[in-house]
Amino acid sequence: MEFLQPADWAEALAVKAAHPDALPIAGGTDVMVDLNFDRARPGALLDLTRVTDLTDWGTDGDWLRVGAGVTYRRLIDELAGRVPGLALASRTVGSPQIRNRGTVGGNLGSASPAGDAHPALLAAGALVELASVRGTRRVPVTEYFTGPKRSVRTPDELIAAFLVPARPGAEQFAKVGTRNAMVIAVCSFALSLDAATRTVGTGIGSAGPTPLRATEAEAFLAAELPWETRGAVPESVAARFGELVGSAARPIDDVRGSADYRRHALAVLARRALAWAWTDPGGAV
Amino acid sequence: MRVTCVVNGETREADDVWPGESLLFVLRERLGLPGAKNACEQGECGSCTVYLDGQPVCACLVAAGQAQGRTVTTVEGLAPGSGEEQLDRVQRAFLATGAVQCGFCTPGLIVAVHDLLARDPAPSDPDIREALAGNLCRCTGYEKIMEAVRLAATS
Repeated sequence: MEFLQPADWAEALAVKAAHPDALPIAGGTDVMVDLNFDRARPGALLDLTRVTDLTDWGTDGDWLRVGAGVTYRRLIDELAGRVPGLALASRTVGSPQIRNRGTVGGNLGSASPAGDAHPALLAAGALVELASVRGTRRVPVTEYFTGPKRSVRTPDELIAAFLVPARPGAEQFAKVGTRNAMVIAVCSFALSLDAATRTVGTGIGSAGPTPLRATEAEAFLAAELPWETRGAVPESVAARFGELVGSAARPIDDVRGSADYRRHALAVLARRALAWAWTDPGGAV
Repeated sequence: MRVTCVVNGETREADDVWPGESLLFVLRERLGLPGAKNACEQGECGSCTVYLDGQPVCACLVAAGQAQGRTVTTVEGLAPGSGEEQLDRVQRAFLATGAVQCGFCTPGLIVAVHDLLARDPAPSDPDIREALAGNLCRCTGYEKIMEAVRLAATS
């Protein structure tokens, strides 16, 4: 096994082009587990922790662009007001030690259906910026995941950044697990309510082969919410929204929970997230 | 490959490092620092917690080469000298309250508590529990550990 340690972004892309089988590593919180347990023996590790471009964030027109190497710790400390839903999700990632190392770029790279960042990125309408020596492209996160641990990223590409609208809506995130730390989600749900455009964004985690949007639930809620009066959400609307979120999931029975449980729990999480987001606009300032 | 980093204030070199091995393996097996413990190897238990450039991390999840040129502090580096009176206040508090049972989780907890108190000199109980969520004690001696943190904060 080789250890490749590019000093900057241009070198990283050149190295990835020359070694398409090299496994990128940043925080190592997924990659090292596979190495420690003999589950992966890549030809090379491509260490991205020297590439300082990856740890920057800033605005890019109407978007907030966050480098793939920004840790969960920094998302919470520096960006909670700009990515409120993702910051909530970040607080549920692992433990302090894991949040000090783990990155959203790594979450996207692993592309696990249970990745904690994914529902919040889906709800916010994020883009994933992929780059190679051939050029750079920005893929809507809704099109990024293609299957369990699979994505549209090609072997010569690296994840450069993710982008979310610079002005966030009211965002919420909720996750079911057996304790508050160090859990893989049994299921999770993220919601974004954008009062300016009267649109609703959703993201479902750990209840399908990929993270999912609940598009029918989004359209239903956008049409039914009392945007004008800001009055209470009718119970029947909240209940129907929950049902639609549950039915958008494509869960399986596994060691963490049954498919039925996941659908039920998602309906509950969706109703709760709606109540929180509607009464507390959160980051929508 | 060779990995050079500053460990507990000294520049240390490890040779013949396999590129896929962890910082934890380098510390324990190549540099003779067995304080950080090897338990779960998946970042779940926190027994291998060390400072990497000032931040507590699971050493089992850091690739050895990622530590090249970086600064590492292990539990061995927290006490300014040898002897019980020279121990860090967190170490003394763990001894005083009996927060050590089998001792396997202790080094990781000591580093995590050391970091917590550096950031928050007077943490509330929920803050302590949150900060130590990544450190498991299989003896389940958590109440004594809580006591140790409260004592260290006031000593």
